[in-house]
Amino acid sequence: MAQDILQFVLFGAVLVALAIPLGAYMARVFAGEASFLRWLERPIFTAAGIRPEQGQHWSAYALALVAFNLAGFALLFLILRFQHLLPWNPLGLPGLSGHLAFNTAISFVTNTNWQSYGGETTMSYLSQMAGLTTQNFVSAASGMAVAAAVARGLASKQLRTIGNFWADMVRATLYVLLPISIVLALLLVWQGVPQTLDTSLTATTLEGAEQTIAIGPVAGQIAIKQLGTNGGGFFNVNSSHPFENPTAIANLLEVLAILVIPVAFCFTYGRMVGDRRQGRALFAAMGILFVVGLGAIYASEIQPNPLYPANVVAADGNMEGKEVRLGVGNSALWAEVTTAASNGSVNSMHDSFSPLGGMVAMLNMQLGEVIFGGVGVGLTGMLLLVIVTVFLAGLMVGRTPEYLGKKIEAREIKLAALTLLVMPIGVLAFSALSLVVGTGQSAVLNQGPHGLTELLYAYSSATGNNGSAFAGLTANVDWHNTFLGLAMLLGRFGYIIPILAISGSLAAKRTAPASAGTFPTHGPVFVTLLVATILIVGALTFLPVLALGPIAEHLSIAAGQSF
Amino acid sequence: MLSHFRPALVLIVVFTLLCGVAYPLAITGIGQAAFSSQANGSQIVRNGTLLGSALIGQAFTADRYFHGRPSAVNYDASTSSGTNLGPSSKALLAALAERAAAYGDATIPADLVTASGSGLDPDLSPAGAAAQIARVAAARGIDEARLRELVAANTRGPDLGILGEPRVNVLALNLALDAFAP
Repeated sequence: MAQDILQFVLFGAVLVALAIPLGAYMARVFAGEASFLRWLERPIFTAAGIRPEQGQHWSAYALALVAFNLAGFALLFLILRFQHLLPWNPLGLPGLSGHLAFNTAISFVTNTNWQSYGGETTMSYLSQMAGLTTQNFVSAASGMAVAAAVARGLASKQLRTIGNFWADMVRATLYVLLPISIVLALLLVWQGVPQTLDTSLTATTLEGAEQTIAIGPVAGQIAIKQLGTNGGGFFNVNSSHPFENPTAIANLLEVLAILVIPVAFCFTYGRMVGDRRQGRALFAAMGILFVVGLGAIYASEIQPNPLYPANVVAADGNMEGKEVRLGVGNSALWAEVTTAASNGSVNSMHDSFSPLGGMVAMLNMQLGEVIFGGVGVGLTGMLLLVIVTVFLAGLMVGRTPEYLGKKIEAREIKLAALTLLVMPIGVLAFSALSLVVGTGQSAVLNQGPHGLTELLYAYSSATGNNGSAFAGLTANVDWHNTFLGLAMLLGRFGYIIPILAISGSLAAKRTAPASAGTFPTHGPVFVTLLVATILIVGALTFLPVLALGPIAEHLSIAAGQSF
Repeated sequence: MLSHFRPALVLIVVFTLLCGVAYPLAITGIGQAAFSSQANGSQIVRNGTLLGSALIGQAFTADRYFHGRPSAVNYDASTSSGTNLGPSSKALLAALAERAAAYGDATIPADLVTASGSGLDPDLSPAGAAAQIARVAAARGIDEARLRELVAANTRGPDLGILGEPRVNVLALNLALDAFAP
């Protein structure tokens, strides 16, 4: 236990030490000041007809993002559907079904990376590389671009534009994602993650049986899937597979990679709006929720399960679905990190988690993926809640709410309030619909309240653009592929478009100087209010259904009941 | 919208070539050159025969070998899966009870009776290996104390002394066992 906590502290210290300089660097990248890759970016801009210094109105910015994602969707859909006709398919895998290709293409374009498929048994090497890995980069870069545009909008005074989507997206990929991925991928190969175009190995085991071992170009994909908060693995079991996550050192590198950009964005934001305290306040709010969540998951997983056989060592905690080299501590850490950050990769099977451990992971997603969240979009999701919070604070003292000197008026509040409906619709309405038409029940693996949790987790994951799963759910059926796909679209664009609109309207406003009556948005009072707002909104929405799922299961186990 | 077509199409093609082809090929090239063994799956070859991967568990059933953890895919490494059974599942609890019963009243670590996340976990906890010493010693007719030394010699501590858990690679242990007492 002491060793586990020491590992958590080490992780936190290294994370912040990396994120602060990275945040400063990203602020320079989005300001167009980083220049060592000009030779690479210039011909790309020229070929695409992009003038990077030309600002776009928020609607043009949003349209560019949608157009780019549409092109990405179309190309990925075609690659997946027709992978059997394309090269680099050493196992001769067939093309994906229409609804699976639809679900997977949406999943990767929206940075969700939900896996309705088993990687090693479904995807050709070409699909993994040219299809999925490409989207791992550019869907992440799209989210980062949104954060840059929003920060710019808040910082600018009476401007009609919020930056250039193409420039932001290209620079996020070239200056941030690619260089770090290259270093990380090579470190992972060093630790034992394969990277080869050869086909599966055939071994003869010590007992004389034949064992087929899937390998492939794994390391490159794993690096960017963690760094871009993507999460879709090369293998079915994702990062619990020894080839994706061979050692505790690899585990630390990967779990750092998941959070480093989302954490860095707090600091990037502070620099871009010209007041670093604002970024630190967001970091504090996110950090508080993160530490509480980690403590809850760890405490729950290390608890003995009273239904286990009497001669099993209780102090070992819940090892079902976990790997020996990682143990309960690293599995709990990863579960918190991956669900807080909308990454969605797993290093242990969340379906086998204790009821409350699994519940906290699910709640992290249901809160809207704002506890650091996905690269870029986590920050902007948090800013929507900041707007709601300053509005509430304004109501309390009877003043027009302001944020960074900008008046928050009816239009901004309406848009922010609209986004509060995204999670309830995607999670509650879609799950309820699945249950009513019957497909919900037939696809779950576990009986009793745990079955409901399995379904809820899937729709929370899809709407939160997370991608992790209670993997017992048979998701690869027409109904779930379709509705989870729709939930992912809702969860992506239902946040991005309103926040870009808010950014555009705030950019156009004048900035009032702070006065004695201004409510400061950087102190502990504000951080407390923000955390409370997040928890109240989340609890009001989801507590009833959590009581039916994980809480009911927890109480059942305590009463000796199994299903 | 139309003005966005050109950048969208050009960029998706450019990034597919750069991130989807050039990047993985570059990593493959450098990885193969610098870390050839790891890049090819950490293969264990004896007398020209591929025995498996140092990172992937394999199925052991004979009494004369140490057994790895229960696996949802019986160590079929062409795929991977956990059981995904929840903590209140009757199916899980029945499986645990059956596996635990095989050890009688002896206290056993949780990893010995629970299935791993990947179904391919190559490791056991040191206690998980220790619990099998009596059976292996009887099957091979060797001294338990010698076996305890062998397990200790094949136990790795946490990485860098702090990361992860102490563990015994089952395939490596069984290879050492064959070499020590064929």
